[in-house]
Amino acid sequence: MHYVPNTPEEQVAMLEQMGLERMEDLLTTVPQAVRVNRPLDLPQALAEPDLKRLLTRMAAKNKNIDATLSFLGAGTYDHAIPSVVPHLQRRSEFVTSYTPYQAEVSQGMLQAIYEFQTMVCQITGLDIANASLYDGSTAVVEAVLLALGPGGRGEIVISQGVDPQYRRVLHTYAFARGFSVKEVQTRNGVTPLDALDAAVSPTTAAVIMQQPNFFGRVEDMHAIERIAHKGKALFVTTITEPASLGVLASPAEYGADIAVGELMSFGNTMSYGAPALGFMAAKQKFMRLLPGRLVGQTVEEGGERQTGYVLTLQTREQHIRRERATSNICTNQSLLAVGATIYMAALGKQGFRELGELCLQKAHYAFRQITALPGFEAAFTGPFYDEFVVKLPIAATQMQQHFEQAGIIGGLPLGESYPELANCMLFCVTETRTKEDIDTLVAVLKTVSTAIDIHVVASKEVAEVKA
Amino acid sequence: MSVESLIFEKGATGRRVSTMPTMDVPTEPLADMIPEKLLRMTPAPLPEVSEIEIVRHYTHLAQRNFSVDAGFYPLGSCTMKYNPKVNEDMAVLPGFARIHPLQPDSTVQGALQLMYELEQYLAEISGMTRVTLQPSAGAHGELTGLMLIKAHHQHQGEGHRNLVLIPDNAHGTNPASATLADYKAVEVKSDVTTGGIDMAHLQVLLQAHGANIAAIMMTNPNTLGLFDSNIAEIAQMVHEVGGQLYYDGANANAVLGITRPGDMGFDVVHFNLHKTCSTPHGGGGPGAGPIGVKAHLVPFLPGPMPAKNDDGTYSWQDTGPHSIGKVRANLGNFGVLVRAYAYIRTNGPDGLKHVSESAILNANYLKHELAADYDVAYPQICQHEFVVTAQRQKDEHNITALDIAKRLLDFGMYAPTVYFPLIVHEALMIEPTETETRETLDSFVSVMHIIADEIRTNPEIVRTAPHTTVVGRLDQALAARKPNLRWTNGQEATH
Repeated sequence: MHYVPNTPEEQVAMLEQMGLERMEDLLTTVPQAVRVNRPLDLPQALAEPDLKRLLTRMAAKNKNIDATLSFLGAGTYDHAIPSVVPHLQRRSEFVTSYTPYQAEVSQGMLQAIYEFQTMVCQITGLDIANASLYDGSTAVVEAVLLALGPGGRGEIVISQGVDPQYRRVLHTYAFARGFSVKEVQTRNGVTPLDALDAAVSPTTAAVIMQQPNFFGRVEDMHAIERIAHKGKALFVTTITEPASLGVLASPAEYGADIAVGELMSFGNTMSYGAPALGFMAAKQKFMRLLPGRLVGQTVEEGGERQTGYVLTLQTREQHIRRERATSNICTNQSLLAVGATIYMAALGKQGFRELGELCLQKAHYAFRQITALPGFEAAFTGPFYDEFVVKLPIAATQMQQHFEQAGIIGGLPLGESYPELANCMLFCVTETRTKEDIDTLVAVLKTVSTAIDIHVVASKEVAEVKA
Repeated sequence: MSVESLIFEKGATGRRVSTMPTMDVPTEPLADMIPEKLLRMTPAPLPEVSEIEIVRHYTHLAQRNFSVDAGFYPLGSCTMKYNPKVNEDMAVLPGFARIHPLQPDSTVQGALQLMYELEQYLAEISGMTRVTLQPSAGAHGELTGLMLIKAHHQHQGEGHRNLVLIPDNAHGTNPASATLADYKAVEVKSDVTTGGIDMAHLQVLLQAHGANIAAIMMTNPNTLGLFDSNIAEIAQMVHEVGGQLYYDGANANAVLGITRPGDMGFDVVHFNLHKTCSTPHGGGGPGAGPIGVKAHLVPFLPGPMPAKNDDGTYSWQDTGPHSIGKVRANLGNFGVLVRAYAYIRTNGPDGLKHVSESAILNANYLKHELAADYDVAYPQICQHEFVVTAQRQKDEHNITALDIAKRLLDFGMYAPTVYFPLIVHEALMIEPTETETRETLDSFVSVMHIIADEIRTNPEIVRTAPHTTVVGRLDQALAARKPNLRWTNGQEATH
């Protein structure tokens, strides 16, 4: 029995000390009618070396992106993680503690989260930030609930440029909570200002955008801000690719009330997409409405009144306010917040900007190379960040077979989420892809392009002969 | 007492850690790619620090943090058990840590197999038909479960049901989740003798509101650490009026291999894998909150679900037209799921039962030994945790549960959960878990005995505790009155 330290003999001695004989004497309140009374039907226990062998083999069945070239992004980005990050983040003092209820012995985690809140403010330009939320999608939901206020009724306008998974999640919550969601279709890969303007009414509680949006396109957020704020709606921006903030205008610069999104790619393992790291930053006036934990700086009650950190404004939270809490969130993503904090410290002021530019330039190089191939066209025109959509000369599923044969994972087929983009793929290029990687991708696409070319020439010749 | 300055107060202009990959592609002027008005004007003022400064800073912060690896952590209802190291190693294998959620199924067969099998294991452990691994934490599981219940009632043409019964000793997340699901929480009293649900009050509520009751949310054993022996009868009563039973799995560390929520009559159950399956709590997360359901709720589950094909391969399968939809992006807290899978495989069926029995034994032993100095709120046999009340200490010596908690910190132990459950005055909720040695339990008893003595002879030392921690007791009122939630450059002292 791996992790139970007391031996059966010691356990008997403990029972005897209580005047009991058997374990069963402690289970008398569990009626026989609800007992399992048979061994659970589970595989027998494994010794540690056997467990390692099993899981190592299982892991080896997955193509990991260090071994297999990938150009997937779409909400989950591959940014290089300096070795200092996992070494510090995985210290067991962080890993094996819990929510810092006892502040005096939890100063490390509390201060790290206070630093996280500060850094989230620094990159978004906004005034305040919370200690984390589950992921980007539920962060959008929390922003919506904040905008709707108690009762949760009302109408939300959201661009279809927002990650389709996020919108699916929002619809799930809309069903449960009873608010309505109006989606605005994109045109040329961005949110059309006229359509957005038509969708926003004086009763709209929030306008939800994503920057850069799901297609990697950069939206005209200044113009959108004017539309969002023509009524009483809150302007909520979603950021799934935080590297973009090194280059693109910050949410504060374009007048967002609330910024939410995903920071997993800053210092944390990708782990098949989760655990993730949702964040929320906002203008000061929303402080008492924020969901989730908040860490504040304070001083000792007595003594030298030294600086310290505590969980604060807890009267917003479920364990105090119960059914009137601003959110039901309890366990959040603290350890990932620590990872992101160390990552952002390691990145630093200069590194943050350099990262932003590297992703931008590399993606644009890839875009130019790909769209120069006959048959491969840019799906949209206009500014984009480190992702772009390409119209393929063949079906996306066929394209995926080509990638599989070439031993790479290409881009993301879009047809499932956007039927109008059935033969299109979304490609992402971050700083972790080299020119050689990009050229490898282009070479695979070129074989398709050449085959199409020959096919086109051949069919022309056939046509000429027939004529 | 010591202070660790903020990372923002360290370093110097131009210092840095990470070096970026070289710009190995031909570049274009920024302005040709992004219109100027959409560019960032003010750089983010992130720290400018060197690698050694970062390492020292976060090492110091880690040292200023108590953890399970450092000592006893009897935080009730949080199941702060030992987190096996091998599970950490497994979770960061490149084949698990370096895979993208949108990769084609054929390239993630190992991940799919793990999730498929974990679902089977959790279904067996809980006695449910199917399990979704999507919810991110317990509270998220609660909300997802209530959404399923809502979808079920609507499907039955009973969408009017708007009440959720919640015992007065329930976790705060229960009523908060009910509100989020647009339900009204109705409190059920607990029985002052048994600590279980007050059956007469339940009867009254069911008679008065039966047609409007959507569900009851229960924790069994409850937050007093007591198993509600009436559970089968409660299930029958609630089902008779058309309500569903929701099982809050926060205390499931007491039931593994002994009893199952499914057999007790529950329709939905959530797991806290970071509690029951020993995945680390990470200073407040990440957790994972999978939920299991009985057959009648399966059509409403969030999708996609992992499926095993006839040829032995695995794939993601969309749930049908009645699905409530996704409750989060991607597929569930996979990194946490790997650890939980490893834990279940390491323990096996006998090991899991031994886990729960040992957790119950440790809790009862501790309760028995503490009874000489402290009043146990409910003296009967408990399950994995129990509650002590410091009301007597408060009345006689003006020492509160909080004071006792703070004094424990001076002895190198974390404090129990305090002031919860709300129905016990000056509550100290103690959960030792199965992974503590008898010596550790005995030393906790000795420390509590010393504190009991101090309360009589030198209450001031308890009232002003802690004395040996890096900071003394902190001013919570000031923190809430003048919130300082972030550092700003050149900020003035606010205190």
